[in-house]
Amino acid sequence: MANKQLPKAYYELLEELQACDFVLVELTLYLDTHPNDYEAIEQFNEYAKMRKQLKKRYEKEYGPLQQYGNSYSSYPWNWDDTPWPWQV
Amino acid sequence: MLAKFLIEQYGGADGELAAALRYLNQRYTIPDKVVGLLTDIGTEEFAHLEMIATMIYKLTKDATADQMKEAGLGAHYANHDSALYYSNAAGVPWTASYIAAKGDPIADLYEDIAAEEKARATYQWIIDLSDDPDLNDSLAFLREREIIHSQRFREAVEILKEERDKKKIF
Amino acid sequence: MYTNRKYYEPYVGPFDPCPPIRVKSYSTPPNLYMGFQPPGLEQYSAREALYRGTLWKALCDPYRSKREE
Repeated sequence: MANKQLPKAYYELLEELQACDFVLVELTLYLDTHPNDYEAIEQFNEYAKMRKQLKKRYEKEYGPLQQYGNSYSSYPWNWDDTPWPWQV
Repeated sequence: MLAKFLIEQYGGADGELAAALRYLNQRYTIPDKVVGLLTDIGTEEFAHLEMIATMIYKLTKDATADQMKEAGLGAHYANHDSALYYSNAAGVPWTASYIAAKGDPIADLYEDIAAEEKARATYQWIIDLSDDPDLNDSLAFLREREIIHSQRFREAVEILKEERDKKKIF
Repeated sequence: MYTNRKYYEPYVGPFDPCPPIRVKSYSTPPNLYMGFQPPGLEQYSAREALYRGTLWKALCDPYRSKREE
């Protein structure tokens, strides 16, 4: 695993996930000060749903994104498989 | 050379570590209405800390002792090899005196707004020093985030100001 | 016209040791002018927002390095 190179598809999917996550971060801060913006909440929920699907696709291919139970593990324990985010 | 300057945003007075700890500590004694905002911005700052760490790590992990010396990181190397360390660009270790918690919500939020503007300025000066266009994209991203955080903290002040005119409902 | 950079010309005396910089500038990003953000502002696509660091066009403030000035 140590020297396995990641395919181009990995970076494309990661970027999609990052873009989706970024919208969620930005909308979260916005909603913290605009709790009654109905449309923004709709958009937030839409992206939250999209995020769930992206997580599923990512983890099926490349392993867990988060741990402490936020992701399932295969056998053997695969949380500490490389690469870590700062290595890609 | 850039790695040395980036350390300012890792363990400097207006860096990401100071920001994360400042907000996550203040949230216990701020009105409930803005606790969420402090929690979320504080958490985002930790993500930015990881971005800065990644940049420094990638720039230094394959450097020889001589290359570290040439990059102005000789003193850093003598103490830490290529390990990351929470100090500012001049090597002064991070200290809790970088963060304030006055307990007065307005004073603390104004502190936070100032902290965001100072962090924005620091990113500007690092971009001015940098000759790496790819790194500048990431630094411009982080600078823009400080603008958004400042905007939200300003809104938080407005939210707390308006409380004054409303009837208290318990 | 609105610009996110302001300029001023500091007084320059005759005895400066270095050639003076006549025009100095500083940054005034859009958050200084917005007040409470109104709802429904125009957004970037998710991908573009990720690259720019904000979802909202009105709050985007590209910074030009002083090297390029």
